[in-house]
Amino acid sequence: MMIDWVHFTFWQSLAGGALIGLAATMLILFNGQVAGISGIVGKLFDMRQGAWRFAFVIGLLLSPWLYRLFAALPEAQFEFGWPLYLVAGLTVGLGSRLGSGCTSGHGVCGLSRLSKRSLAATLVFMGTGFVTVYVARHLIGG
Amino acid sequence: MALLSAALAGVIFGFGLLLSGMANPGKVQGFLDLAGAWDPSLAMVMIGAIAVGLVGFGIAKRQAHSLLKLPMELPAATQIDRKLLTGSALFGIGWGLAGICPGPGLVTMAMGIPQAIVFVVAMLAGMQLLRFIQK
Repeated sequence: MMIDWVHFTFWQSLAGGALIGLAATMLILFNGQVAGISGIVGKLFDMRQGAWRFAFVIGLLLSPWLYRLFAALPEAQFEFGWPLYLVAGLTVGLGSRLGSGCTSGHGVCGLSRLSKRSLAATLVFMGTGFVTVYVARHLIGG
Repeated sequence: MALLSAALAGVIFGFGLLLSGMANPGKVQGFLDLAGAWDPSLAMVMIGAIAVGLVGFGIAKRQAHSLLKLPMELPAATQIDRKLLTGSALFGIGWGLAGICPGPGLVTMAMGIPQAIVFVVAMLAGMQLLRFIQK
């Protein structure tokens, strides 16, 4: 394994992670809700007592615009054509709802709750994520 | 108040995604690429988020109600079943393919990036498709 020291943003990523943890903490302590994005989006149109989900998503959508008031937006590298994002989006939507969570619900909130179920989910999606990038970059992409 | 705190949590969550590098698909794939030049940044994101989250959820677990007197809706499921494992495996494949998960998808869509818009629309379709299949 070769570490990419040039792109390794130790402090920035740690601080950004802490902000994500802070947001999840706020949502559970004030609203009593878990900050799992796939769950929030998947149930966005379930109208019973779901207004907080709209508020959260609106906040998330406003975040890059507010961020820009303080600092330049970071680079976002989208390196492929749209068909790949179509397939990936479908898979992410289907998989995250079937598996009851994604990186935020299982990876951040679930692990913070010390849930074994979320640990299992996180290990599985990290595993298939690693394998997918290996296959795409080193076996097919070359 | 509940809507305000949820919106504020959304904004802070988005700031975290942007600052940490999670909203950059190239960087996410750099983390998932163990065999290439590996960028460990995402491990730091997880450490930072969980370090803070452990405190928050540690407190939340001992409360029946939130600070705004709302019910504490912590997930009750504990079983590790085929649905959880299949769904997570699929999710990981999609995440690896594009380097985007749902939160960063929404944030980059709001930045007006066309591929992110395609991703989010497809993701919503995938979520509805599952609902349709399960009926």
